[in-house]
Amino acid sequence: MSPRIAAFCALLTVAALPARAADVTSFTLDNGMDVVVLEDHRAPVVVHMVWYRVGSADEPRGKSGIAHFLEHLMFKGTENVSPGEFSEIVAANGGTDNAFTSYDYTGYFQRVAADRLGLMMEMEADRMINLVIAPEFVDSERNVVLEERNQRTDNDPGSLLTEQRNAAQFLHHPYGMPIIGWRHEIEGLTRDDAIAFYRQHYAPNNAILIVAGDVTPEEVRTLAETHYGPIPANPAIQPRDRVDEPPHLAERRIMFSDPRISQPMVLRTYLAAERDSGAQKEAAALTLLSEVLGGSGSTSVLPRKLQFESTNSIYATAFYSGTSLDDTTFGLVNVPAPGVSLEEAEADLDRVLKEFLEDGIDDAQLERIKTQLRASLIYAEDSISGLARTYGVALTSGLTVADIEAWPEILAATTEEDILAAASRLFDLDQAVTSYFMPEVAAEVSQ
Amino acid sequence: MIRFVLAAALSVLAILPARAAVEIQEVTTPGGFTAWLVEENSIPFAAIEIRFMGGASLDPEGKRGAVNLMMALLEEGSGDMDAQAFAEAREELATTIRFDSSDDDVSVSLRFLTENRDASVDLLTQALTEPSFDQDALDRVREQVLSGIRSNQTDPSAIARETFYRLAWGDHPYGSRSDGTTESVMSLTRDDMFDAHARTISKDRVFVGAVGNINADELAMVLDRILGELPETGAPQAPDGTYQAPVGITTVPFETPQSVALFGHEGIARDDPDFFTAFVVNEIFGSAGFESRLMQEIRVKRGLTYGIGAYLAPRDRGALILGQVATAGERMTETIEALRAEWARIAEEGVTEEELEAAKTYLTGAYPLRFDGNATIARIMVGMQMDGLPIDYIATRNDNVNAVTLEEARRVAARIYRPEDLHIVVVGAPEGLEPGN
Repeated sequence: MSPRIAAFCALLTVAALPARAADVTSFTLDNGMDVVVLEDHRAPVVVHMVWYRVGSADEPRGKSGIAHFLEHLMFKGTENVSPGEFSEIVAANGGTDNAFTSYDYTGYFQRVAADRLGLMMEMEADRMINLVIAPEFVDSERNVVLEERNQRTDNDPGSLLTEQRNAAQFLHHPYGMPIIGWRHEIEGLTRDDAIAFYRQHYAPNNAILIVAGDVTPEEVRTLAETHYGPIPANPAIQPRDRVDEPPHLAERRIMFSDPRISQPMVLRTYLAAERDSGAQKEAAALTLLSEVLGGSGSTSVLPRKLQFESTNSIYATAFYSGTSLDDTTFGLVNVPAPGVSLEEAEADLDRVLKEFLEDGIDDAQLERIKTQLRASLIYAEDSISGLARTYGVALTSGLTVADIEAWPEILAATTEEDILAAASRLFDLDQAVTSYFMPEVAAEVSQ
Repeated sequence: MIRFVLAAALSVLAILPARAAVEIQEVTTPGGFTAWLVEENSIPFAAIEIRFMGGASLDPEGKRGAVNLMMALLEEGSGDMDAQAFAEAREELATTIRFDSSDDDVSVSLRFLTENRDASVDLLTQALTEPSFDQDALDRVREQVLSGIRSNQTDPSAIARETFYRLAWGDHPYGSRSDGTTESVMSLTRDDMFDAHARTISKDRVFVGAVGNINADELAMVLDRILGELPETGAPQAPDGTYQAPVGITTVPFETPQSVALFGHEGIARDDPDFFTAFVVNEIFGSAGFESRLMQEIRVKRGLTYGIGAYLAPRDRGALILGQVATAGERMTETIEALRAEWARIAEEGVTEEELEAAKTYLTGAYPLRFDGNATIARIMVGMQMDGLPIDYIATRNDNVNAVTLEEARRVAARIYRPEDLHIVVVGAPEGLEPGN
């Protein structure tokens, strides 16, 4: 994506490209903790990550934001480590650490010199079972989270639109709630809520350990058995089984206006299939569809037709990420040029989609995309932390190591017919939310 | 990326040195160019970073945004290729070619599979040396730039940055955004694009870093091909800026739940003998991690913000020390009071022995973590050369960290943090904030 249109980046999710490390080993500890090791011996560094198979979509109703609030409170002390000391120790060992929460996962990671791996495991294992959460830090940390929400969402109309759009997209499934939580519910979250969520979900048999870098599988196994091995499995952990969406019978439209918006745009998302273990073909077709429609800023269908063959748009693209536990979304964006209305921009999108389904896909374009996918496997080996993250997201989204390794071949085998068939199933307005993002509501025309 | 110029400058600084295992060789080409190379053959690709010193600060008066637009146009048509043909060729090779600009340089980032090296180099050479700057491409990309300018006008962080720089540097190029204003960008012509190209891209100001599956001879051939036909010289470098922000608070009213504050004053130059100590001291004061004084006092203890940091921002023509924080309007006064108190405390008391030791442990231990990928290392090496650092800097960097004494740290803290000079720009709807002091 060109630097000059970076302003739109925040709205988009880059389509998942394949990734595979040269040396991947996986095994499971006796207590059910899964372990993945990605070897890269170029530098004496490791990334140590623990991913829990729990995210905001697993929260009890009325407690939105508790998965993320707990993630913050995981730094507020255990029976053995005082509040804040975790990061202090990591820093004192020349490392960096942080954590993240999404719909389907919560992850904790440290980057550190390879010879400090055992210490990281010792501390991460400690807070898997011994979390205390010093009560005096709860109120101030809730304020930190509220300011995080201010910064990420309330101060950014694009994020506010995403929140409204997801709420309209998912009629029933918890993906309709924001990861960080609704403000009024964050304000009411308590230490007890966090502890209850922790006890219910944080256990070795609900966790995946990923170690990437200058380390061997044997070393990781020995250290993991020492530090994580003694933690008993929690028998109450069950596979996640969330509510299903009911049939979507009506198109939804959002008119979002805010004085802080300078650049109007139209954005449409469709409910879309995700990658399922052993059944990734539909998601592969959708991944390639997003590449064909929007993967390149100049040669993809949307920019070519809307920015080059016409001058109606400043920017047009598509986005899709199939790595998700449950159904996800496929999106289209059109940013009209000055003087072009959002109604025209939407009509342009519909026209391009219609022509695309009629005309099919240019063979040379599909070949270029597949060439780039093959190359991305090579380039991906250069970023071991990126690879570790790819594995973590996939493994907490219901996929297996075998699924991850099969993915590039499934993409490569996807044909024009597969992509067009997936597109036909996808582009159903009853499954869609169309959003107008604009500076102010257009004045009503009086009759 | 234009709007993150300072953040980028910071990351180069934070990244500077390296693990001893990184073996840099200096390559001199038959054509007379010098480059730093790390040959790393385990993955069959290479990354090359090329920068030309000067960049958007060489925009002529009234043509602000010319260099930014020119660099954006290099991929939009050259030789016999239009934008589509160029993109298709690049995609067929799975090569990455990125052009970018900042006020201190324009940059070219190239990444190619070994099997596609020659074709990739030919493609880049054409884009860099034979741009066509077609009118339709210019008009199309201009609209994208204007869209970005419009969006920044309602983005509180962008408003804060623009306001602070204008107050700090006045009419100097650093005093305005490098992508220009609506008026200046509207006025740019094809001729301005050729002129901006001639001003910024020439042999006398080029720096190169290369990492990956390429040896010295191959790199020399590649560089002579890419750079050999460029003009010898471009425009004279811009003069130094004169820092001129007054003391006090500037408030820009903007309706949004969270106010954004940008604060700081004149900083310390990269080639100042105290710079290294200043870098270590500021790690203690304002680094982004949880351990810095600002994070501890304002986030951890008081829960006032999600993040606060302060950083040294030495640019080629003038230096700042800057920080940023965002908090709800009704809590901005308390936040600024706490920030001022910390700024004054470190100036007066310096740092403690314990803090200095912790920072040294962190900085020296975190050292190898910086070398994360071929393109990253290539960028680091270009930054080192542009900062005038010696090629063996990496081997001595941790020793330099460990050599900083408590006495030096205190002296430099008193020098670089000047509470009496602090200027604070607040964008939003802060409550109870008095303009001035």
